[in-house]
Amino acid sequence: MIEIENLHKSFGSKTVLRGVSLRVERGESLVVIGGSGTGKSVLLKCILGLVAPDAGTIRVNGAPVIEAREEFLSRFGMLFQGAALFDSLTVWQNVAFRLLRGPQKRAKAEARAVAVEKLARVGLGPEVADLFPAELSGGMQKRVGLARAIATDPTVIFFDEPTTGLDPIMSGVINDLINSVVREMGATAITITHDMSSVRAIADRVAMLHDGLIRWHGSIAEMDETSDPYVTQFIHGRAEGPIAAIR
Amino acid sequence: MILSALAALGRTVLSALAGAGRVALFTGAVLSHLARPPFYSREFLQAMLQIGWLSLPVVGMTALFTGAALALQIYAGGARFSAESVVPSIVAIGMVRELGPVLGGLMVAARVASSIAAEIGTMKVTEQIDALVTLSTNPLKYLAVPRVLAATLSVPLLVAVGDVIGVMGGWLIGTERLGFNSASYIRNTWEYLEGWDVGSGLVKGAAFGFLVALMGCYYGMNSGRGAQGVGRATKSAVVAASVLILASNYLLTEVFFSK
Repeated sequence: MIEIENLHKSFGSKTVLRGVSLRVERGESLVVIGGSGTGKSVLLKCILGLVAPDAGTIRVNGAPVIEAREEFLSRFGMLFQGAALFDSLTVWQNVAFRLLRGPQKRAKAEARAVAVEKLARVGLGPEVADLFPAELSGGMQKRVGLARAIATDPTVIFFDEPTTGLDPIMSGVINDLINSVVREMGATAITITHDMSSVRAIADRVAMLHDGLIRWHGSIAEMDETSDPYVTQFIHGRAEGPIAAIR
Repeated sequence: MILSALAALGRTVLSALAGAGRVALFTGAVLSHLARPPFYSREFLQAMLQIGWLSLPVVGMTALFTGAALALQIYAGGARFSAESVVPSIVAIGMVRELGPVLGGLMVAARVASSIAAEIGTMKVTEQIDALVTLSTNPLKYLAVPRVLAATLSVPLLVAVGDVIGVMGGWLIGTERLGFNSASYIRNTWEYLEGWDVGSGLVKGAAFGFLVALMGCYYGMNSGRGAQGVGRATKSAVVAASVLILASNYLLTEVFFSK
């Protein structure tokens, strides 16, 4: 369970988060939507400790994340927007990164076998294992990023704009993969996106971040029925409405 | 007018001091991680290959041509007071004490500080460094420590090889162009060369290697966004490493040889 309370973050004079409070139950898939530059990525980075919040608390399973960060990260996986694969390592070495070093280290052959199995889980054959990330298409890189995120069966997974830059068919494939992987593993998931097809495919619950605050949250069914002008403008992609088109 | 000039001066001084403080903290963090596990031996060996072995051609060429030019210069200068015979010993002392480590260090700065800063800077802008954190890996330990350690150990070895090649450059010109007898050139080289001449150059090499990798890692990890940010980080790393090499060379020479 992840609990965020009254989170504030500013960069110089620019206030990005102004009191965000959120709660994600164990095994739940929360999707945070919002326009570009509304602080979705900053929210994720605050949870991970990559950005220090100015105020507020973040708890994972009841413990402040600052104190339990190593423990939290040891059972954590993340798919980055640009996949963030390590250029100098082959595909299987990327997937098995945790298994080749540190406390979860295993024998090389065993680590490779796990990597090949996880690659198969995201629809990639063993022939890509020895390629370098630069030799893969954008969609394949995303799949490898997903395989790396699930390599050690994490209990918490974050997805940062998982379908950005992909064609609609590949977006559908990635959404289906995320959905099945999260359900299968029973992991707690937070996804940030502005792609409504992802929202519908992945979310148990949706939260809309706007102007540094959670403007609205609810289920997919509630999202479709809400009259909140911010949510309706966003999900229907209208230029007119309370959200300024030019930010 | 005067107040605004003073304010601008103050801002520059404060910014320089803050920069020095950040570098000092970064250095302290790298040093503190050197002795603490986990150790990334694969990354260390890869860095030894990249920084040491692959820099050998450029350091060797630099030493060869420097030794050759030094022999010509010392011969021409020595001829003014009939002291042409000092060429072998001065070439050797000049190479191992000063030119070997300094020019070798500068060539490594150009080749290695730039590539480290560009690689780590690109990793930063493509979120690979954030990815390391999410994989329970400390980026400083994984990226900076192996490179700094490898450079500190491999640059003295490069300097040693450069010393030999530089002396050989002087010997080639001395025997082929300046009429020295090969055996007496080599004897004169050995006769006046002391162990500390070589040792001090190797210590300098280690210091320069440390500075080169440290600057590459520091500017790479603090790279700005996009191609421009990485370009600026690369340029800053090479400039800072080069200036620090020259400044620390003076300080080390003062410590080692001042009477």
